[in-house]
Amino acid sequence: MDAIILQILNGLDKGSAYALIALGLTLIFGTLGVVNFAHGALFMIGAFCAVTLSRLIESSRTVIDESRTDFLGNPMEVQVPYVVDWFGESGGAFLIDWAVPLSILFAIPIMITIGWIMERGLIKHFYKRPHADQILVTFGLAIVLQEIIKYFYGANPIPTPAPSAFQGSFDFGVLLGFDPLTILYPYWRLVYFAFAALIIGGVFAFLQFTTFGMVVRAGMADRETVGLLGINIDRRFTIMFGIAAAVAGLAGVMYTPINPPNYHMGMDFLVLSFVVVVVGGMGSLPGAVLAGFLLGILESFASMREVIDLIPGINQVIIYLVAILILLTRPRGLMGRKGVMEE
Amino acid sequence: MTDQTQSAPAQRPAATSPDTRRRGATLGLAPRDLGLFLFVAGLTLCAPFLLNPFPADSSLAQFNAGYPDLMQRFVIFGIFAIGFNILFGLTGYLSFGHAAFLGVGSYAGVWMFKLIGMDVLPAIAASVITAGLFSVVIGYVSLRRSGIYFSILTLAFAQMCFALAYSVLTPITGGETGLQLSLSDPRILGAAASASGNIPVPSLFGVEMRETTDLRLGAWSFSLNVGYYFCAAVMLVAFYLAIRLFRSPFGMMLRAVKSNQQRLYYTGLNARPYTLGAFVISGMYAGLAGGLMVSMDPLAGAERMQWTASGEVVLMTILGGAGTLIGPVLGAGVIKYFENIFSKLNDSVLHGWFAFLPDGLENFVVAIVHPFVGKGWHLTLGLMFMAVVIFLPGGLVEGGQRLSRLFRRKSGPETRSTNDTPAE
Amino acid sequence: MGLLEVKDVNKRFGGLQALGDVNLSVAENTVHAIIGPNGAGKSTLLNCLVGKLIPDTGSVMFAGQSVLGRKPFEINQMGISRVFQTPEIFGDLTVFENMMIPLFAKRDGAFRMHAFEAVTDEADLIDEAERMLAEVNMLEKRDFHAGSLSRGDKRRLEMAMCLIQRPKLLLLDEPTAGMARADTNNTIDLLKEIKSKRDITMCIIEHDMHVVFSLADRITVLAQGTPLVEDTPENIKGHPKVKEAYLGEAA
Repeated sequence: MDAIILQILNGLDKGSAYALIALGLTLIFGTLGVVNFAHGALFMIGAFCAVTLSRLIESSRTVIDESRTDFLGNPMEVQVPYVVDWFGESGGAFLIDWAVPLSILFAIPIMITIGWIMERGLIKHFYKRPHADQILVTFGLAIVLQEIIKYFYGANPIPTPAPSAFQGSFDFGVLLGFDPLTILYPYWRLVYFAFAALIIGGVFAFLQFTTFGMVVRAGMADRETVGLLGINIDRRFTIMFGIAAAVAGLAGVMYTPINPPNYHMGMDFLVLSFVVVVVGGMGSLPGAVLAGFLLGILESFASMREVIDLIPGINQVIIYLVAILILLTRPRGLMGRKGVMEE
Repeated sequence: MTDQTQSAPAQRPAATSPDTRRRGATLGLAPRDLGLFLFVAGLTLCAPFLLNPFPADSSLAQFNAGYPDLMQRFVIFGIFAIGFNILFGLTGYLSFGHAAFLGVGSYAGVWMFKLIGMDVLPAIAASVITAGLFSVVIGYVSLRRSGIYFSILTLAFAQMCFALAYSVLTPITGGETGLQLSLSDPRILGAAASASGNIPVPSLFGVEMRETTDLRLGAWSFSLNVGYYFCAAVMLVAFYLAIRLFRSPFGMMLRAVKSNQQRLYYTGLNARPYTLGAFVISGMYAGLAGGLMVSMDPLAGAERMQWTASGEVVLMTILGGAGTLIGPVLGAGVIKYFENIFSKLNDSVLHGWFAFLPDGLENFVVAIVHPFVGKGWHLTLGLMFMAVVIFLPGGLVEGGQRLSRLFRRKSGPETRSTNDTPAE
Repeated sequence: MGLLEVKDVNKRFGGLQALGDVNLSVAENTVHAIIGPNGAGKSTLLNCLVGKLIPDTGSVMFAGQSVLGRKPFEINQMGISRVFQTPEIFGDLTVFENMMIPLFAKRDGAFRMHAFEAVTDEADLIDEAERMLAEVNMLEKRDFHAGSLSRGDKRRLEMAMCLIQRPKLLLLDEPTAGMARADTNNTIDLLKEIKSKRDITMCIIEHDMHVVFSLADRITVLAQGTPLVEDTPENIKGHPKVKEAYLGEAA
């Protein structure tokens, strides 16, 4: 029992990342009808926003501390972050510690801008082109974005720790009446899940309860008719693209403490996120979220020792296997609508 | 260089145009296709010379591409792309998992070297057959869907193959280190070890693939390699078969699948076996490429099956011109050239080139060029790819056609319009 | 016994009864028109004939064999060809290739792996394709891309593609929909010419009374998924039930 709960918890953080990326993918697909292979790159850029901000915050000047000497007997050189100069010792330390969560504020405008540039500069010219062309051009864009990041940040993963307050693990077992230390769950993953739930809830609420969201939903259902009503769909869809980019970016920002970001993390997540979208049903938002969590949890169950002993290698292929089965038995995915992407 | 598969036919108001009648067909090819075939044959035969245009000791020698290893890759990836084009170019089904067949073919080839002997023919036969069997299974399942769903299904299958080869199937695939030959392999029809006690090398009827004759003519140096010429011969056969397929009723049906499946069904034709046929043929081409790859260097690794490798062949085909005969070969050549030559350029080479500029300007130019060469060549590749999809959906072949049209228009004002659309 | 026999066909979509007890008999070598106001179930009926939809109950027999449960390409191989409301042709292929594909389908069946033969070797089929193109006055457009043709030419090409298979039954789904009067008249002439030159049975779904009365030997009037009357054009013209169906319940 405790093992099962542990696996569900383990699946949640990966599932959250899948769900957030898939949500943006399916949002773009549902509104703009574009298959965006560069969406993983947005996730990656988000992660590097966090890296950039923590580097900016840590940028420092060198002062010579006459009172101390290094091992050669020379006066010691000490790095003093500028934030310490500006906000004092404790304020500066706090900012450095909290760099990742603070990156959210930094990442939102950047991601929306990038999304806006992408949509206006490239994607909008591909609305009428075949899906194959969309896949290919966004695939090219993904390569370019990832190479740019590689150029500036190098090829190695960059560790970006969570605030010290969230380091360590939470003992879930005690809470549920099991023995202590049976179900340990890192705090940050808990934060990630809560954050994902918040974002997903926010996107749904936005689409459900605002006029803007209503128009977008109507546009997803029947673009032409809404266009005929004299509503400028295109402009709203551009904003939707920016929002989708921001969602992917934030998913990336918060993921950095879980997995040190590298330049190809976007591609790694993209393939799985596409599988998630297809399993959930192309163009279905609840489907994407459901499938994201489902596949994340399924993956962590398949990684259990007992399961691997039973079927070797199942943890590597479970997601693809499920995707193939679902595509063949339920062509529209779990919650797909009729007529989306069908011949 | 141009071919007519994708482009609109030139204006031919004649009632019975000669091109569709069998007339003077040699090797079963129409004169135009024969010309194309002979052109490619000439290029591949002379490649060791054409690709080494710079004297061996000159500063431009790094642009020489005439060394065996690279030339082999040109033709092997040419085969891979020709095969991919049979599926994507004709039927429009975009597979994102074709590298899996290349990988499967590679493993099958190495196993033949391990079990049977070092002759390349059984290895290549095994590669093609194994890849064919895999593509029957994967194609049968994947082709039940079309469009993006097909792409995702093929991607999922390929990633599955990759993940399995990398982990559980390590006894068969060698896992992370890859599948290698060893002295303890049985090799029932050949020697377990060479005369000098080393692992034997792949050969064709006793002629080793790595055998190379270096030819020095003045300052120039050319290497003639057995392995390259073997691959080139195989590629020419593959290319010839592809031309025949493009011009066959089967090829026409595949283009019809891409054009209008509904009409095809209501014309009494079942699209499914046609697309499966194309999928399997193109999978076998990929297997052939994999078999040749291990025949040149008997080592197979799982990374060959990763989806980025599948993306690479998509890239080659699109870059050259999907649906055209020569396009994939061109695309494979260009991308492999970029990969090998451009990725070798470094700052000191760049400084050498731009030394004629004033110092400040020199550093500036080098700084600008730097991100695009050396380790950054993928960036150039990505940009090129985007540019091609945006501005030249027909690839380099279409670019060539546009250029030649432009040229013709300038030279002769009487050929005003090459557009075949009648005025309505 | 007609060439096409539709017996007691019912089809429901959710709560909507699209077809209710449809009985229809199309005699060999006649032009049979099915008319009716919008939403009468004409298209549903047609889709049941070609295998796109399967009726809930009833039977559809063609030349003594049931078509139910067969795929569209199998039904075509039985001898039924279909012309669509908007011409469906192979736009990326040349006019000539558009003609060759139905010829191959007729000769080789639903699938044949003729991957290493040349299209240009099929002298007989090429001649046949060119004869047919000449008959519909399209020979000079032989090497044009079919997608670049005018709408009228596309329609003629599509009919030629159907006719070259020598179908026993040609189904036409509103062949003049969206056409100007002049084009409509051309199409009527073309169909008359086709009919006069060969033994063929046609079943036309049509909206336009002018077309129907110029061509049809017999007319079935469909309203709300059920056949109202079936008779000759002369008798249909003044039939009170038909007027009622067309002018609505107000009459």
